[in-house]
Amino acid sequence: MIKAILARIQQKHRTITFPNGVPKLPDRFRGRPVVDSKKCVPDCHACAEACPTDALECSAGKLNLDMGRCLFCGQCQQACQKGAIKFTTEYRMAVRNRGDLIISDAAMKLADALGIQIRQILGRSLKLRQVSAGGCNGCEADTNVLNTVVFDLGRFGIQFVASPRHADGLLITGPVPENMKLALKKTYDAVPEPKVVIAVGSCAIAGGPYITHPQVNNGADSIVPVDLYIPGCPPHPVTILDGLLRLLGGLAAVSG
Amino acid sequence: MANVQSLQVYNCQAAGLSEIPVLSIADFRNCVIQHVKSGCRISSLFGRPLNNSNVRILAVLANDEAGTLFLSSADVEKSYPSLTPDCPQAHWFEREIAEQWGITPTGHPWLKPIRFHSSYRKGHDAWGRKSAEQIMPGVTNYFQVTGEEIHEVAVGPVHAGIIEPGHFRFQCHGEDVFNLEISLGYQHRGIERALIAGPNKRTIHYMETAAGDTTIGHTTAYCQIFEALCDCNVPARAQVLRAIALELERLANHTGDLGALAGDVGYLPTASFCGRIRGDFLNMTAIICGNRFGRGIIRPGGIGYDVEEKRLEELKGCLAKAAKDVTVAVNLLWSTPSVVARFEETGVLSRQICTDLGLVGVTARACGIDRDCRFNFPSGIYQFAQVPVSTWHTGDVFARTYVRWLEIQKSLAFINNQLEMLPQGQIVVPLDTLSPEKVVVSLVEGWRGEICHVALTGSDGRFCHYKIVDPSFHNWMGLSMALRELQISDFPLCNKSFNLSYCGHDL
Repeated sequence: MIKAILARIQQKHRTITFPNGVPKLPDRFRGRPVVDSKKCVPDCHACAEACPTDALECSAGKLNLDMGRCLFCGQCQQACQKGAIKFTTEYRMAVRNRGDLIISDAAMKLADALGIQIRQILGRSLKLRQVSAGGCNGCEADTNVLNTVVFDLGRFGIQFVASPRHADGLLITGPVPENMKLALKKTYDAVPEPKVVIAVGSCAIAGGPYITHPQVNNGADSIVPVDLYIPGCPPHPVTILDGLLRLLGGLAAVSG
Repeated sequence: MANVQSLQVYNCQAAGLSEIPVLSIADFRNCVIQHVKSGCRISSLFGRPLNNSNVRILAVLANDEAGTLFLSSADVEKSYPSLTPDCPQAHWFEREIAEQWGITPTGHPWLKPIRFHSSYRKGHDAWGRKSAEQIMPGVTNYFQVTGEEIHEVAVGPVHAGIIEPGHFRFQCHGEDVFNLEISLGYQHRGIERALIAGPNKRTIHYMETAAGDTTIGHTTAYCQIFEALCDCNVPARAQVLRAIALELERLANHTGDLGALAGDVGYLPTASFCGRIRGDFLNMTAIICGNRFGRGIIRPGGIGYDVEEKRLEELKGCLAKAAKDVTVAVNLLWSTPSVVARFEETGVLSRQICTDLGLVGVTARACGIDRDCRFNFPSGIYQFAQVPVSTWHTGDVFARTYVRWLEIQKSLAFINNQLEMLPQGQIVVPLDTLSPEKVVVSLVEGWRGEICHVALTGSDGRFCHYKIVDPSFHNWMGLSMALRELQISDFPLCNKSFNLSYCGHDL
């Protein structure tokens, strides 16, 4: 026992102050991309050609980047000679509408809170059932991390529960393979109304690296309606946490 | 005699596709069985379509002691006498071949699908299913025990935590488990099929996400294939940094596993400490490349990110802190009798079963078997800087836990050593096109065990076939065997002591 107490003292207090303090992210962290079409060379397409998931589209002198499809690999940034695309260390990326993930020169609209009615039902708690549906287990790992002492998810009233019957909603990862379609539908049906659905990671949003594979469904919203999209491959834990708190109205909706 | 019937190659050595002997099926069976009897194990066994009627089956047999690999093949049209009755470790591979190519290994004792998809060869199905028939995952017959007070417990695919999907069937008598059967395939997303005709701009991403917690391991295996096929030499600095990334991946996952094992026996101090320290190791990987799982580090020809002097110092500092923390956190386990008592003699896997099933990684080493690609089939910097093989002999949850701790210490020492003498020079070299009509086997010791990639190129220098064997592919059966005669309540702990990958298996 004394050893455990000494160890506890040695390991110190490690919970981050988020959302009050912004966590330190590595300088090479590839967070939210910014696009500046003015720097584009006409008919260049180098970025679009480098993208493994066709997340970039240039038309009429305007460059659109779909953060839902993006793997955050940075290939486009490397391919662009003019610096029209840059991945920043900005971690806030969650949105309420799929369309808000397609960014161009304008600022992006981050997620706003759920409606007041559903928030009144939820009170100050959100119980989620996690459904892993065909990804690489990266998003699952960085969601699981929220339960560690570093993030201490419980202090925000958010908890992952062991049954859909106990849940207010689903947190889905993975592109939803054919082999998980039925299980996802059944889990969704088993959650009592009203329910929220959160898609985490580029797989769950658009299919990720497996987009257009016949074995997958290109994301969760082809099967169930999605209320919150959290992009990334995988999203950083703090990106996921930021998204969850936004949904609950814990953070002010801002344009960034 | 055996050598005449097979082509001997080394890890990451490209050989002409035509040099692989094509035997009659009888000789092929004999070749595989004799090799396994004389101490080899099946590293990979798969089919590829040859023409409209035939499928060529290729075996990759690994001799751990000599560090050599043997390749042999045979052509099959519809069926052949199964290897499994004479060579049990072929069982899962033969089920895969049956499912993918509609070939029946006659006499296979338990021939069932493993991923639940339709056959890749139109008009051929090992179970006679019509092509229009919808294949439902998990819908199959299961091994069943009948009798008074026997009951069946079904778990999954969706589990009660943040866990990948899989289906488990327990045959129980009261609390006692007679048999556990594991049915997978829910994570199947078509990676291997999508690799054909590559490499292309998505290939590296398939490798990085074959198993997201083993990004470095799988991507290294792929890059070694790429480099062998264009005969390029990876710069020393890149070799060292690759190995550092691989060991950081091992450190993160082993630390996480030790925490989770502590959590599963209700010992919360180590559980919460290790959960956090795992993140510290992941964050060190992110210092190198910006991503906690190492996306973007390993690239054909070298690495994607250099570690300059300042970053090197930062890494050293983080590593020293994490090393101290993990030592304190894990040593609590060994000084807590209730933890050790719960670990000991739970989920015992005998050395014999481990050998018969050809299991790999921590599982094999926890049965006292010296099996570690870094030692048996060293590639890259491991050819010059050895990591001692860590083993324990009891085959139980304790052994699988303790081997992880031994490996954490070895990996820490290895990284510290390598950081002190990081070679100077470039980090990536330009690459040529892939050489046509070749075969390469690439083995890497990922944190779970042996990762085996096999690539075959066609006349156009593109992949005409690419086979990935994640260590979990071998080891899922080990979990099933370890659970026999245990209580069903031992499952979570036992499962965690294996911590196998669903996505790495399902691909």
